[in-house]
Amino acid sequence: MATTAMAAAAISATPSTVKNSFYACNNHAPFLSSCRPRLSFHHRLSSSPLTLPSLSAPKYSPIHRHCAASASSKVDASIANFHGPCYVLGDNIDTDQIIPAEYLTLVPSKPDEYEKLGSYAFIGLPSAAYSTPFIASGATKTGFPIIIAGANFGCGSSREHAPVALGAAGSRAVIAESYARIFFRNSVATGEIYPVECERVGLWKECTTGDIVTVELGENRLINHTTGKEYKLKPIGDAGPVIEAGGIFAYARKTGMIAAPSN
Amino acid sequence: MASLLNASSSAIFGAKKELCVAPCSSMAHRSRRHASNKVLAVMAPAQSPRTPSASGSVKHAMTMTEKILARASEKSHLEPGENVWVNVDVLMTHDVCGPGTIGIFKKEFGQNAQANPDYKGVCHIALAQEGHCRPGEVLLGTDSHTCNAGAFGQFATGIGNTDAGFVMGTGKLLLKVPPTLRFVLDGEMPNYLLAKDLILQIIGEITVAGATYKSMEFVGSTIQGLNMEERMTLCNMVVEAGGKNGVVPADEVTFKYLEDKTSKNFEPVYSDDNARFIQEYRIDVSKLEPLVAKPHSPDNRALARECKDVKIDRVYIGSCTGGKTEDFLAAAKVFLASGKRVKVPTFLVPATQKVWMDIYSLPVPGSGGKTCSQIFEEAGCDTPASPSCGACLGGPRDTYARMNDPQVCVSTTNRNFPGRMGHKEGQIYLASPYTAAASALSGYVTDPRDFLM
Repeated sequence: MATTAMAAAAISATPSTVKNSFYACNNHAPFLSSCRPRLSFHHRLSSSPLTLPSLSAPKYSPIHRHCAASASSKVDASIANFHGPCYVLGDNIDTDQIIPAEYLTLVPSKPDEYEKLGSYAFIGLPSAAYSTPFIASGATKTGFPIIIAGANFGCGSSREHAPVALGAAGSRAVIAESYARIFFRNSVATGEIYPVECERVGLWKECTTGDIVTVELGENRLINHTTGKEYKLKPIGDAGPVIEAGGIFAYARKTGMIAAPSN
Repeated sequence: MASLLNASSSAIFGAKKELCVAPCSSMAHRSRRHASNKVLAVMAPAQSPRTPSASGSVKHAMTMTEKILARASEKSHLEPGENVWVNVDVLMTHDVCGPGTIGIFKKEFGQNAQANPDYKGVCHIALAQEGHCRPGEVLLGTDSHTCNAGAFGQFATGIGNTDAGFVMGTGKLLLKVPPTLRFVLDGEMPNYLLAKDLILQIIGEITVAGATYKSMEFVGSTIQGLNMEERMTLCNMVVEAGGKNGVVPADEVTFKYLEDKTSKNFEPVYSDDNARFIQEYRIDVSKLEPLVAKPHSPDNRALARECKDVKIDRVYIGSCTGGKTEDFLAAAKVFLASGKRVKVPTFLVPATQKVWMDIYSLPVPGSGGKTCSQIFEEAGCDTPASPSCGACLGGPRDTYARMNDPQVCVSTTNRNFPGRMGHKEGQIYLASPYTAAASALSGYVTDPRDFLM
């Protein structure tokens, strides 16, 4: 079933459906929809050259957060595309702003606390500088699947809750000029979000929160449909397969580095 | 002055990303492959004792950090930019990340994890005081200020819960070897300066990303004259410059400190004379002045005396960075010299139980036998609190000394990004314990020379 759904989805070449095919489940559910990553972003059809199907975002199931590609499909980074409104930040966004310390009592391995953590993503941002909230009042998920930032994103504390909160909130990728090392490691180790680097210094100044963008990981390209500009991304490289697999443990088991857990 | 790299090492500048687990792929610019069979060794039984890194067998000159990682990865030589599997000597976690880390460990390895909590206080200072920091070793911790332990001449850096769970189960982690920035500090340390001023000087110089993915090595006559707690303060804040780790070569000061704390054998390593550093900075400490980092960034450096018109609402003396015994002795020195009372609420949060006891028992030089606690009381400070990280990172609303209003605070802590100590509009000036105490006495950001000279 999954293969058929995937094949059908792959035929229509729009980025969002291609993304859906990439996240087909293996073994956990026969149907594509139950394993789709959580996304509830707005579709703005006005200036976009692409046709966006009206997807109703399915209920997100945290248990199946990381769905490895099914064995019958050859999935690689070239299919990983993300599309939707972007949230734009400047330089040196530290992890206290991403998730303040008072929320660190939430344990991400508990599904309801994972969701709650996501609902607090970026709550530490000063409202004077960031008037559009990352998560709308009353909502628990973000409307912004893509984050665009300046240099040294994720600096400060080593809290793994930072990339986890962003992933739990529904973001798929950060496109930043550069990253602090612990945040980068944590993003890869947890597989929660793609930490993509952009070659263009000052990219964030050319984008505005709400611009519709597409991230094409395989093509190493960011397209801002609202401004019409394109940017070159640095290849995600070795980090890609680890994040695709769902983090270092999933990757390590998949590649035979460590045995599956005995229980 | 700056040591230049030869052509084969120029590849490091392209390798900005942190390592990833990738048994079968190689970095595009390196021809050497990391054999996948090496990776399978992750679950191998305990390793045989490591061979000592006799300098005679070192083929190429290496920095301290490179040597430590070489030994820990059982390689005779490695270069910056390489991803290597490293045997970890010590893994630290704390009450915030411990549950998450142990949860991951149990989930992934299914073992019976055991923890024996015996509350000591702030992890980094407890590690040092309990003898877990030793020269030449690899220490990882689920906290960004794990780099604090580099003061002992070891490789110490922060990691996340998932990486830590991995280390718990395998004893190893894949790390990328960082190139080293060398800071040579010479000159006699003026009596109004502390290590905090030195590191604020450096961070202000290279910015909050100046040492990203790099090691920071501190050498020179000034460094040799610092005690262990001061060296810790220095290494503690390398992460604020983006640094991966900081190191101070181990010497008699280190060995003396460790004498009564650990009986384990250790083997210090030292950078070779012709080791390659990507940059070398020379600082004449005698020319420096007391500094602050103004809101809202640790690299927003300014002279304390140039901020004397900044009215403040409170002072916080605490954290791994500025809440050790030496830090409180320093603050007490300023209060003693003044003899007056503080003009603003002054919060004192010792880092560990040991520090707390020292505050109540150690005599302050020149005070006629008074303890820090007595001097603090006479100066009108708040009673020293129970040891903890306290309000350094804000925390839950009811955390002692948390900033719940948009106030101005001079703090001996390590970060001042928006909301760090609680309120998003709070203004935090990072400073040394001397500067913090001086500011408490005047009610404004104050250069401690006003009281010490």
